[in-house]
Amino acid sequence: MGKKNHTERRSFLFTATYTMGAIGVGAAIWPLVDQMNPDSSVKALSTTEVDISSLEFGKTITVLWRGKPIFIRRRTKEEIDEAAKVELKDLKDPQKDSERTQNPEWLVMVGVCTHLGCVPLGNTGEYKGWFCPCHGSHYDTSGRIRKGPAPKNLEIPKYEFVNNNTIKIG
Amino acid sequence: MSEEKYVPKSKLAQWFDSRLPLLTLSHHLQEYPTPKNLNYWWTFGGILTFCLITQIVTGLVLAMHYVAHVDHAFQSIERIMRDVNYGWLIRYVHANGASMFFLAVYIHIFRSLFYGSYKAPRELIWIIGLLIYVLMMATAFMGYVLPWGQMSFWGATVITNLFSAIPFIGESITTWLWGGFSVDNPTLNRFYSLHYLLPFLTVGLVILHIWSLHIPGNNNPIGIDVKKNSNETMPFHPYMVMKDLTALLVFIIIFLWFVFFAPNVLGHPDNYIEANPLVTPAHIVPEWYLLPFYAILRAIPSKLGGVIFMFAAILILILLPWLDTSKVRSAVFRPIYKKFFWVLLFMVILLGYLGAKPPEGIYLILSRIATAYYFIHFLILLPLLGRYEKTDPLPQSISDPVLDKPGLLDKVKKAASKYEGENVGSFK
Repeated sequence: MGKKNHTERRSFLFTATYTMGAIGVGAAIWPLVDQMNPDSSVKALSTTEVDISSLEFGKTITVLWRGKPIFIRRRTKEEIDEAAKVELKDLKDPQKDSERTQNPEWLVMVGVCTHLGCVPLGNTGEYKGWFCPCHGSHYDTSGRIRKGPAPKNLEIPKYEFVNNNTIKIG
Repeated sequence: MSEEKYVPKSKLAQWFDSRLPLLTLSHHLQEYPTPKNLNYWWTFGGILTFCLITQIVTGLVLAMHYVAHVDHAFQSIERIMRDVNYGWLIRYVHANGASMFFLAVYIHIFRSLFYGSYKAPRELIWIIGLLIYVLMMATAFMGYVLPWGQMSFWGATVITNLFSAIPFIGESITTWLWGGFSVDNPTLNRFYSLHYLLPFLTVGLVILHIWSLHIPGNNNPIGIDVKKNSNETMPFHPYMVMKDLTALLVFIIIFLWFVFFAPNVLGHPDNYIEANPLVTPAHIVPEWYLLPFYAILRAIPSKLGGVIFMFAAILILILLPWLDTSKVRSAVFRPIYKKFFWVLLFMVILLGYLGAKPPEGIYLILSRIATAYYFIHFLILLPLLGRYEKTDPLPQSISDPVLDKPGLLDKVKKAASKYEGENVGSFK
């Protein structure tokens, strides 16, 4: 075996060793990174049932789901009409009001501003919906972003009507 | 270093030093040659070291009483304030100490900007310094979350949500940072862990910062290279040590004025309300030292854009040694740069003021102007000035600006001629 071959074999063995070492270190780091993600017990707390029987027209209740506020609003006729007549081209994140509700009377949304996560205030702002005091985002009566830095409409969580008086969120 | 090789006097010291050269290090630190024209703006390195040590010592003690749990954190802070012996004092020193630390670091940074201390051969000192600054901001932010008041909670929510602006992976990153679906107990726990760790990383970086300083030596107000171990330099001990201590005492007086007479003036009353995930305070603002960046974030009318510009405002500083192409370091000899330096300082202070105001009307317009200036200053003005500015002639030695006053040298020579000492010749 020539000297050249010998060197090549050596450098191959070095490369193989370092590569295996790098893979091993990478595999060892992953648990240290993933431990920061939500664990199963946190994910399991993901449904909440809410009694809505006492909610009147034009009122909102706020409940906590996964540590976030959920707005449940029983909208008035005027609010529903106003939300329905908006043209899609006027919207930053175009979405019909009908796509955002299962029953137009009930608007269920995550009460977290899609900008940087503050809780918007109800019945206020230039579009009579919600207004975020942190950085000035305005949402309409369907919770759609109309003005300000937020990029998206208020998020609609997964929910269902268990019966006429109860909503299950999550 | 150009110093002669140090050999300890006693046999025992020689034995030790040849195995672990701590005595050589100590000798170097004492004899380290500093330019004799350093002014008081150069004392902030020492002041910052004092701040870091104060934060670590008071933090260590506070950690003996603090409980990092959403149900107990707020109460444990109140216990520190009311029950723990001298707890009020230690916490107020720690909380105000953070502000004083930033005050000192901003003076330190602007001193570097004025005198061109970031330029060759000191680029690495500058970059390591910026890393320290970023670590300081991260540490301060996480420390502010620990009392679990309303500002803690909502500050944490807003800042962690910055990462959700990143396309595609943003949401996963925020969930990962939170350890849940919102800022909650896992978030508080990990922030506490990191708040304890980062100051020690900062100590490591400070050592590198000083080490990289001791290779080329200090810049100076004139900005020209100094001949080491000549009559242009003085040993660090005792001359600079005494000057640093004088400045430090004045700094401590101001520091303690805040601690004893206005301990909450730099904080927010809302943080004495326990965190409530259902209600955002009407007016949330970060601590004063982060306000300029907050103003930049809000000046851009897009979520991702705001985040990009805010981080760019810090990252752009890393490129500064290459953006500023002027060979002259000190603004003393750069008549046009000097004016723009003051404009920049004014704009940064203006941004800080605007960051505390609601993002609407005239405030928003001014934030946009100041943000634009900030980037224009670094990206356009500095490269242009490097090319076209006519700088004033540089003195040959750091003694010249003092001695070159008309007639002064003659006067000194005449006075000196009365004494037939050996030092007369060394004036020039």
